[in-house]
Amino acid sequence: MRGLKLLLVVLLLAGCAQQPPKDDSLYRDLGERAGITRIVEGMLLNIAHDPRIVERFRKIDIQRLRDKLVEQFCVEAGGPCVYTGDTMAESHKGQNVSRSDFNALVEDLIAAMDAQGIPVPVQNRLIARLAPMRGEVIQH
Amino acid sequence: MKRLSLLLCGLACLGAQPVLADNGRLIATGGASSLEGPAGGGITPWAVLTGYGEQNEWSATAFATTVNLPDYRLDVAGVAASYDNRVEVSFARQRFDLGSLVSKLSLPEDHLGQDILGLKVRLFGDVIYDRLPQVSMGLEYKHQTNFDIPQLVGAKRDQDVEGYLTASRLFMGAAFGYNLLINGGVRYSRANELGLMGFGGDRRDTRSLLKEGSVAVLFNPRWAMGVEYRQKPDNLSFSGESDWADLFIGYFPNKHVSFVLAYAKLGEIATLDNQNGTYLSVQGSF
Repeated sequence: MRGLKLLLVVLLLAGCAQQPPKDDSLYRDLGERAGITRIVEGMLLNIAHDPRIVERFRKIDIQRLRDKLVEQFCVEAGGPCVYTGDTMAESHKGQNVSRSDFNALVEDLIAAMDAQGIPVPVQNRLIARLAPMRGEVIQH
Repeated sequence: MKRLSLLLCGLACLGAQPVLADNGRLIATGGASSLEGPAGGGITPWAVLTGYGEQNEWSATAFATTVNLPDYRLDVAGVAASYDNRVEVSFARQRFDLGSLVSKLSLPEDHLGQDILGLKVRLFGDVIYDRLPQVSMGLEYKHQTNFDIPQLVGAKRDQDVEGYLTASRLFMGAAFGYNLLINGGVRYSRANELGLMGFGGDRRDTRSLLKEGSVAVLFNPRWAMGVEYRQKPDNLSFSGESDWADLFIGYFPNKHVSFVLAYAKLGEIATLDNQNGTYLSVQGSF
């Protein structure tokens, strides 16, 4: 009986130590940290030329925004990163981001991924991870 | 002189804003124009609203569609407008050429015509975002404009109102990594051949609950391929009325123009069977 208990404890502990490996296939498909950085920078360049939303980024520290976006995309893609930025609700508070603004950014992101030759199914996986954040980003 | 410069400035300012409507929604999310005018696929409406207007934005579209069948030809032209991604109004004029049937049955007219006024309201949800699918309700007022032939074969009235409820949702990456759009709805109608053959008939004069739906795969944001199905009533005893189906390809090169090419399987229409042919539609968005 005691042996059984011990076995159970050992098994449980082993279960904790051996968490299933995190699925980082999306992270790898996006070109890991370097690839994600290229995508984010491409998106920010597109935004800089996008009259629909460029004004919203005028007073923002773009360097910091880039770093936080790279972290965020990396985490969402299952990569070995830690997101150190604010929550989406905090960082967009009071900015009155409209649904149209959000879609404009999505279009600029897609264009950046197209430019990097990211296949459509990979793009869809990243967008599917980011789309649920819309509720926290836009005004209600 | 001052007036001239003012005018010039006005023109220049206009020139700087070549797009009249806003385009806050993502490409292809306004769908194409369906045969009856509302935004949708080809033979069924979708829950999406025409054009690309989001919250507080206007959008307008115009379209032309031609369906070439072995014995008939259907031409449709129409316009639609939406506001706030909430409400859509549409108008479509249909002309159905009876082709060889005219001489075969020595018919008094060579075509059937119909005007359709549509209203669609998004009830809740979003086709891409949020938890719930986009669900819309629509009403269509239909007026058959030359009723002699429909009356001759037993149609009861030349105008009617019908309603439909439809849901649309994009499932990201659901088709081997590609986005999958699913639409499904029900219609409450007694329209014979969309209403081209009038409304109600000798066999049945009450509205039926009819199912319709479509599935499309988006190879990228600009290209879609899918199938549609539409159940139809069978109110007239002089001829069977088939359910409709089609296989389509949609191309959305930009937010101002789109094309749909389809193979439409329309079955039996006014006694002539195997009316299967090509469907071509073009839409402009403003």
